Amino acid sequence: MKFVDEFRNADQAHALAAKIASLCEPGRHYKFMEVCGGHTHTIYKHGLEDYLPESVELVHGPGCPVCVIPMGRVDDAMHLAAEPDVIMTSFGDMMRVPGSNGSFFDAKASGTDIRMVYSPLDSLKIARANPGRRVVFMAIGFETTAPSTAMTVLRAAAEGLTNFSVFCNHVTIVPAIKAILDSPDLRLDGFIGPGHVSTVIGCRPYEFIAADYGKPVVVAGFEPLDILQSIYMLMLQLSRGQATVENQYTRVVPWDGNLVALRAIGQTMELRPYFEWRGLGFISHSALRMRPEYAQYDAELLFKVPGVRVADPKACQCGEVLKGVLKPWECKVFGTACTPETPIGTCMVSPEGACAAYYNFGRLSRQRVKEVTRS
Amino acid sequence: MSTPGWVDAALREHEEQAARDAGAGPLQPHPRDERNPGAPQPAPGTVREEQVLARIDRARRSRPRVKEPRITMSHGAGGKASRTLVEAVFLDAFRNPLLEPMEDAARLEAGGASLALTTDSFVVSPLFFPGGNIGDLAVNGTVNDLAVSGATPLYLSAGFILEEGFGLDELRTIVTSMRDAAERAGVQVVTGDTKVVEKGKADGCFITTAGVGLREPGRLLGVATAQPGDTVLVSGPIGDHGTTIMLARGELDIEADIVSDTAPLNGLAAALLAVPGLRAMRDATRGGVATILNEIAAEAGVGVLVREDDIPVRTAVRGAAELLGIDPLYVACEGRLVAVVDGAQADEALAAMRAHPLGAGAASIGQIIADPPGAVLLKTAFGGTRIVDLLVGDPLPRIC
Repeated sequence: MKFVDEFRNADQAHALAAKIASLCEPGRHYKFMEVCGGHTHTIYKHGLEDYLPESVELVHGPGCPVCVIPMGRVDDAMHLAAEPDVIMTSFGDMMRVPGSNGSFFDAKASGTDIRMVYSPLDSLKIARANPGRRVVFMAIGFETTAPSTAMTVLRAAAEGLTNFSVFCNHVTIVPAIKAILDSPDLRLDGFIGPGHVSTVIGCRPYEFIAADYGKPVVVAGFEPLDILQSIYMLMLQLSRGQATVENQYTRVVPWDGNLVALRAIGQTMELRPYFEWRGLGFISHSALRMRPEYAQYDAELLFKVPGVRVADPKACQCGEVLKGVLKPWECKVFGTACTPETPIGTCMVSPEGACAAYYNFGRLSRQRVKEVTRS
Repeated sequence: MSTPGWVDAALREHEEQAARDAGAGPLQPHPRDERNPGAPQPAPGTVREEQVLARIDRARRSRPRVKEPRITMSHGAGGKASRTLVEAVFLDAFRNPLLEPMEDAARLEAGGASLALTTDSFVVSPLFFPGGNIGDLAVNGTVNDLAVSGATPLYLSAGFILEEGFGLDELRTIVTSMRDAAERAGVQVVTGDTKVVEKGKADGCFITTAGVGLREPGRLLGVATAQPGDTVLVSGPIGDHGTTIMLARGELDIEADIVSDTAPLNGLAAALLAVPGLRAMRDATRGGVATILNEIAAEAGVGVLVREDDIPVRTAVRGAAELLGIDPLYVACEGRLVAVVDGAQADEALAAMRAHPLGAGAASIGQIIADPPGAVLLKTAFGGTRIVDLLVGDPLPRIC
């Protein structure tokens, strides 16, 4: 298939793998974090780690929109959904995220009107078709999805629609990366930068990683060759003693980002003073809420939101997994108490979560893969 | 702040399992190391990873329990949740030696005849789609369950649940399709039932069919008989039906030239039955080919290694799946079967399939391996290796 197979070519992968191996200094261990959950998914889905030398390790980062939603926020959403006349809408990924009293799917089975949408514009469609109901869109995601929420609010305002609002849970990637860089228990050699987020924010926001922390960053695309090439670019920088921000995903990511999208976000949303991240705790200026000018589309103002706070279960080590301190299988409850069927932690819910990716695709040590494919 | 009760319950269960594991003695390292002491030892850390994976394996084999208080859409999606529901509720209540193999059709002996008996319900939405409608789907589905069990389908029943207000013209079209499909498959609909429910209590028309067929006595087919060295075949491009339904719903604004593959497989199955090394056939409906491969691995206690490059998928299906983030391996077919054949007769079986019009696109996609038991491995087109697990719930409800 055109525009896909070219980026999954095994011959080119072998060539890149050989180049990566040739850059490995003997006795040195390399640890790179792929920030974005989409990258984690690609790495596992295509078995990309089979191409890496044992001294190159990939650490899975916090860039999975569903994984960073704290349980209390899910409870708040359930509370909203149970308000009279409300139709709650959200992306499919959100449907299985557990709150204190089950997930959206469970609530739906008990009769709460919760609908899955592919785009916030679908929520708008539902609002138009149900003038007597109040339609709430549970917005999740990084700067990748924030523009579509912003455009939807602008569209609603232009149409004068009064029965549509947003329960805003948009988060921003840079404070999360900073939290990881400041975390004492992790030593990283570089970052595979998030491709989709960067289509919106561009590459400049990562310059502090190179300048202040001395770590190379390569913004990468989502096909397996993109990621392999980015690892090569990181290795090349390290071998030359450099630390800069590079863009591997030039076919999609403009260096300065998408100004139209950024303007739409800026017009409708503003930074929250602080926001709770699953496993990472409160991070200041790390999330977005609706601007006062768009208060009539802010579900947090239109409805009473209890602001539930739920402690992460002690046994659940999502935080450590999100920060890349633990491998998914090193979590105490991984695969036994916490599975994709009955996830305790959010990392097990979304296909972009490190735990779900490892459980579904990678549940086989590299040693075993070698044995099986050799025979 | 406190942790929710359901988390505490899950953790308690986890502790109990851990205690049982501890009683079983310390975990052994990978057995390969002992058999082959000269081999390089696992890298530090991999032994612990192996132990964790072994622990997970045991957790997966424990008795299935439905934890949800209510039915959710996942229970009908053909993945893990469906299997848990069937095993924990239905199999548990009806348990008997004929039901226990959980094949596509029950194999029974009655009045000196070897029979196969099966039933299937159809709730597809929309009722009409490119390549067919709920009527031919309902006939072909039951015919195929009998055919892949190694039986010659003979007689069908048809039960209709109709919603008040449903158009009679639509009903006639559906029934005509059923008649034509039955004729094509060489079966007769010999008994039926009709119920009508109030508007809003059903979605137009639901159909249940049951079928009975004659088996060749003494021929034992079943996925549990798969052995290392066997070859896995698929009868044509996969995922056509599921993709067609998804696009026919019109929610995605994607247009593609794909039609459902719904077709009776009894002719193709009969051609395969003539190959002596045939071990099992299954039709890849809900949950797709990946689900069948997992059933083979689980029930025969073997590994399955398939090559992504060799799995036939139409470009339009791949494209739609790629856009939607769905793996075609999990997308339903309604006219494709997966066969396990003795490796020595794989070429013969493949030739037999390709000689039949419904098997023209047949391909060998992989083989049965001894190790790791219970797992399906995929050699990706990119050149890596990964697990192919059962889905928890299909992203696409009401596909058939």
